[in-house]
Amino acid sequence: MTDSEKICIDVLSGPDEEQPFHYAAGVYGSVFINELRDNKRLMGIKCPKCGKVYVPPRRVCPPCFVEMTELVEVSSEGSLYSFSVVSFGFLDPATGKEKPVPYTYAVIDLDGADNRFLHFLDETDHNKIKINARVKAIFEEERTGGLLDIKHFTMV
Amino acid sequence: MGKKVAVTGVGITKQSSVRHDVNGVEIINEAVRAALEDADMNRADIDAVVIGNMDHFEGINYVEAWSIDGNGGLMKPTMKVTTGGCTGSTVAMAAYYHVASGLFNKVLAIGWEKNSESDTTGAITTAFDAIWDRPVFAGAVAGLAVEAALYMHETGATEEDAAYVAVRDRKHALNNPFAHLHINLTIKDIMDSPYLSWPVKMGDMCPRTDGACALIFSSEDVVDDFPMPPAWVVAVANRHMYTYTADADFGSIDGPYWMTSLEAASKDIYSRVGISDPLNQFDMAELYLPYSFAGVKWMEALGFTGRGGGPELLRSGATDMGGKCPVNPSGGVLSSNPIGATALLRVADAALQMQARAGARQVPDAKLALCTGFGGCYWSDMLILSKDKP
Repeated sequence: MTDSEKICIDVLSGPDEEQPFHYAAGVYGSVFINELRDNKRLMGIKCPKCGKVYVPPRRVCPPCFVEMTELVEVSSEGSLYSFSVVSFGFLDPATGKEKPVPYTYAVIDLDGADNRFLHFLDETDHNKIKINARVKAIFEEERTGGLLDIKHFTMV
Repeated sequence: MGKKVAVTGVGITKQSSVRHDVNGVEIINEAVRAALEDADMNRADIDAVVIGNMDHFEGINYVEAWSIDGNGGLMKPTMKVTTGGCTGSTVAMAAYYHVASGLFNKVLAIGWEKNSESDTTGAITTAFDAIWDRPVFAGAVAGLAVEAALYMHETGATEEDAAYVAVRDRKHALNNPFAHLHINLTIKDIMDSPYLSWPVKMGDMCPRTDGACALIFSSEDVVDDFPMPPAWVVAVANRHMYTYTADADFGSIDGPYWMTSLEAASKDIYSRVGISDPLNQFDMAELYLPYSFAGVKWMEALGFTGRGGGPELLRSGATDMGGKCPVNPSGGVLSSNPIGATALLRVADAALQMQARAGARQVPDAKLALCTGFGGCYWSDMLILSKDKP
């Protein structure tokens, strides 16, 4: 009996099944999403104690552990802190489908922000990408509310 | 200062890419029974259980209850600890705290994972923020690759330097019957392997593994109850960083930190234990190096060499078997990676070294061992073990 075929059961694996979640962006995260969608502006928030500007905005400065309330606009341009060209396939939990590759995963120092911002870079040839390159955000024409209202960043 | 604590039993399962012969509860039980047998204990002798994995890999969010029949904790004090890739080392630290507190004498620590049961990168992605991270995130591979790209840019280190680590750890694994991968590779093999996420290649990355590990942590008051000599825990430390992926600070080469959480944790633990020259003071190390570049840069963060000195340190042979401080005699994470067990395996293998029963991978006369765990958003755990009672 122990030689019988080993069985694995698939659960929630089809294209039509999903378990929906509804995540709150919070007060300041909502400001970021609304300003991005309506005005193509990137909003950050400034710590009253250390003066550090965070993007996306959130309520608490982690080291100072104080409430932040002062929203400030940051630039949609910046410099490339680091990057990687993703070429392996994996399941995107947001869609249940393979994430389209290759794409370039970019960590960006936005002008006016003191932390970093994660997004796509449109160039996927690693030989053509340089750390510290100047980059700018390209916005989607039809913006629906969310991080991907920025289509990607591009080198300038 | 609390009770002194030792590892007095070790159980490690067979590790492989797929264990269809067991479900999660059964693979946990394999490790637990092996640890109890090693410690000459019965389930009745366990005072408390600490168990950990990364929920999203199996989609079981209540694992301490779901696995109670197999984990030994039935009607005993039981808790779950989950800290991403650090889970196994944080489980070890939590078991250590249980015993050091004086409230428990014999605590069972369990780490496990069945990575074959889901898409590893897709599952890891669900550990990150749904609104700000997930649309772009590509799991640990790309999250680590950006550190590698920056490290090469800052120091001039090369992909070949990193490949040295990938070859070394796989070579060491040939001595470890528990290791998942038993493959003798060359630097050329690593360099010829395809990019997963530039500059990280297939050969630079850890595998995904099914496996489990269980350890018994015991008070100094009861160590004589066990057949094997105790492997003492000298100290533990950890540092956890921010939540959003891009907030993780890799440190800067001329800044206060270089791999921020690891350098901060090592400064803390070294100062408490009196370590000023880790390369010469530790006899061996079991480090959570999830990709090859970590074995270069993080040696600098750990103070084994100066910033930018990683490649030269490796090529000196100091971290090979027979070197000043062999790193990952077990073969490390690059050879076996059941994620929730991975960091506990570092502690398990260091304990076997301190007990002088690591077989073909034994470092002769090893008396002081360094272990690390890595996970989350560049989080670091550290434990120091010794042969002699601290």
